[in-house]
Amino acid sequence: MTVVELFLEFALLSFVAFGGATALLPEMHRVVVENHHWLDETTFTHLYAIAQAAPGPNVLVVTLIGWKVAGLAGALAATLAMCLPMSVVIYLLIDRWEGFAGARWQKAISLGVAPLAVGLVFSGATLIAQAAGLAWGGALLVLLTVVISLRSKLNPLWLIALGALLGLAGWV
Amino acid sequence: MFTADKVDTKPRPDLRALFFGFSSVGLSGFGGVLPFARRMLVEQRRWMTAEEFNAQLGLCQFLPGPNVVNLAVVVGKRYQGLAGAIVAPVGLLAGPLAIVLLLALLYDAYGSLPIAQGMLRGIAAVGCGLLFAMAWRMGKALRDKAYFLPFSVFTVAGIAMLRWPMPWVMVAGLILSGGVAYWRLGKK
Repeated sequence: MTVVELFLEFALLSFVAFGGATALLPEMHRVVVENHHWLDETTFTHLYAIAQAAPGPNVLVVTLIGWKVAGLAGALAATLAMCLPMSVVIYLLIDRWEGFAGARWQKAISLGVAPLAVGLVFSGATLIAQAAGLAWGGALLVLLTVVISLRSKLNPLWLIALGALLGLAGWV
Repeated sequence: MFTADKVDTKPRPDLRALFFGFSSVGLSGFGGVLPFARRMLVEQRRWMTAEEFNAQLGLCQFLPGPNVVNLAVVVGKRYQGLAGAIVAPVGLLAGPLAIVLLLALLYDAYGSLPIAQGMLRGIAAVGCGLLFAMAWRMGKALRDKAYFLPFSVFTVAGIAMLRWPMPWVMVAGLILSGGVAYWRLGKK
């Protein structure tokens, strides 16, 4: 039963996933941790960390959440729920895209969605910051990452490795 | 005729090529693989020109959901119809999915160890910093900030502080913000 519920919850979310799965972090947290108590706060953060450290599209954090909630069936159900509805829509719409690309309402939606996506990503960041249970060192590491990421073109993978090392050393 | 044929003939990927092409994309990036999709499609395999890529990406970015999965559906359909539209995203996700599930097994086995917990906390801290940086960059790229940045604030207030359900926040936000955008577009 949980698998069906998981599928329906995530399929609903896929329709508002402007900005991809990253933008959905706060709402997935709400659904999975607060509403259904399928996972606790720490596990949720850990899954986000694992998805960060693995190659692939951002959507895989959804797979991990599904796995923890309901095993392999949950992993597949959650991933499918996130990808399938919009895939069907896009399959049907792509041939007509030329017809409405550039129309005033289409541009208005694109422009209008952008600031909401900014807010969603920012909310996701504050959520992880709160849920991760960071000590002073961790807070500093967040700040350091922001500065380095904005000031240099360093591959984020190095920062992730640094985070893992500092965490291993118990400084975070 | 003969030469024109040679120039115009573009490689037309079969299902196998679609699967492996998108597999390579899925496995090559950390934290977002869209730039790798562009490199594979336009530069390496030349399945489409840069203009074609941008045009197709338009709808993928316009609609919600994982952009790169949407893109795989579009490219798959273009070359191999329904079968392609299924095979391409499956190719994109299969490899990373297997890796992530392997990591999940490791997490189940060793996740409760203090060193694993410390390591994951460190990675989460970096991931959190990357998200803040991403939000900052996206915010900087907004046009007409005086009109649109308030909607970012509205979203953060609704989602992060008041904990309203996201579908409602998005519908309300999109009507208001899209309305302002529609009005601004009319003035130009």
